[in-house]
Amino acid sequence: MTLPEGVERREFDGREALATEGATVSDEPTVAGWRRWNPDRSKVGAMLEHGMDHGLAGGETVLYLGAASGTTVSHIADFSGPTYAVEFAARPMRNLVGVAQDRDRLFPLLKDARMPETYAHVVEPVDVLIQDVATRGQAEVALANRQFLRDDGRLLMAIKARSEDVTADPETVFDDVAETLEDGYEIVDRRRLEPYHDDHLGVVAVPKAGER
Amino acid sequence: MTETSDPDDAWFTGLDRDDTDAARAAIKEGSAAKPRDWPTEAVEAGVVDDHEDYYEWLRSATVDAARATASDRERADDQQLIHLLRAMDDAERTANELAERVAEWGGSRFGESGSGVEYAVEIANRAADDPATERLIALAQEVADLDREARDIRETIERLAPDVAPNLAAMAGPALTARLLSLAGGLKQLARSTSGTVQVLGAEDALFAHLKGNAPSPKHGIIYTHEYVRGTDPEHRGSAARALAGKLTLAARVDHYSGERKPELDAELDDRIATIRARGEDE
Repeated sequence: MTLPEGVERREFDGREALATEGATVSDEPTVAGWRRWNPDRSKVGAMLEHGMDHGLAGGETVLYLGAASGTTVSHIADFSGPTYAVEFAARPMRNLVGVAQDRDRLFPLLKDARMPETYAHVVEPVDVLIQDVATRGQAEVALANRQFLRDDGRLLMAIKARSEDVTADPETVFDDVAETLEDGYEIVDRRRLEPYHDDHLGVVAVPKAGER
Repeated sequence: MTETSDPDDAWFTGLDRDDTDAARAAIKEGSAAKPRDWPTEAVEAGVVDDHEDYYEWLRSATVDAARATASDRERADDQQLIHLLRAMDDAERTANELAERVAEWGGSRFGESGSGVEYAVEIANRAADDPATERLIALAQEVADLDREARDIRETIERLAPDVAPNLAAMAGPALTARLLSLAGGLKQLARSTSGTVQVLGAEDALFAHLKGNAPSPKHGIIYTHEYVRGTDPEHRGSAARALAGKLTLAARVDHYSGERKPELDAELDDRIATIRARGEDE
């Protein structure tokens, strides 16, 4: 899978790494305006490193659920169009606000991803839905937010096994979540995110036709 | 806003571009059953010039709303911490009071000389063979339950304090952080206190006695429980208390106004206390 436009492999300290061009967020290495995108700290970064079938071309409209303090969403916004970033916790929101202030089309929303009606009055239909929420019921969250995704859009999702069940075997959890997800999506690619993230599954899916 | 509000309204419906308070409220409290192409609708409704203009407005409104809502929520969290602390104190005090009753009663019933919560926990699982002993055992179980609740509350305080005030919690520990917040009335109030006030929080009686002119000024209030005060020899305790109060005040300000963790604050305090203590050893 080729990289989306606006994401490049650049050299940092003699080693090639993913990078996007934009305002610095924390202390990430930067060379000539290109910021290193660390897959150890970003599940989408890990999905790109693994060459998953992400389908991103660059410039898409994005709804990002579980933006946390904005590390990943800053890179996404660097190569995407209007990007809506939903985060429920107040504490990381301050960082996210800082990240948004340095970017023209990043919109932070302090909202609960399980209640899409509380931000549907702000968020427009999008090309890409990215989800990285550490709550139980991750498939249900993706299904509830499917209404934001255009028919030809894509879901990129990181499933955290421990959020569903701490004791169960991760593979069992992944299969269960994937099965629920198939109520509204067709999965086009799935892959474990090791060695970057333990017990996480990366999923790329498209909305099933006519089930909106 | 004079229009009747439709639950499916866009966030910008009826808003004046310059009214930031109304925009914030609309983002925070509004809702819609389904997303729509809001940017195009805004252009068609004539409230913005074009998409570019719309996104500019949306960005300033969402940034403003996110910042305001986050800080409201965090302020609410310091109040939760204060309630937890007071509930923990009540649960501990009540457990101790009831434990005394259980010890006196149990001592005579079983011919033992146990005391405190430990003794109550010990007899809570015994079998009762008469109606009075049944009540005694039940009361001992209440003590054990209250004691467990107090510990659960303490664990919750330990988990939440670093979220509410990361720098204070790192410097003072979770329990003292909650106590300082409780005495000051909240993080905002603590952040606006002077270092001298923080130094004597919890020693108000001694402070007022001093102000009336018949007592020495108190050197420390609740911060006495901090190792840096208690563990410093009495001669230099005043300096240690002053240094600690100064850094705690800075920590409270950083926590309230930025919320970012600054490890250099604790490092500076560690250095300062080491200097004060070394002074004692030199003499």
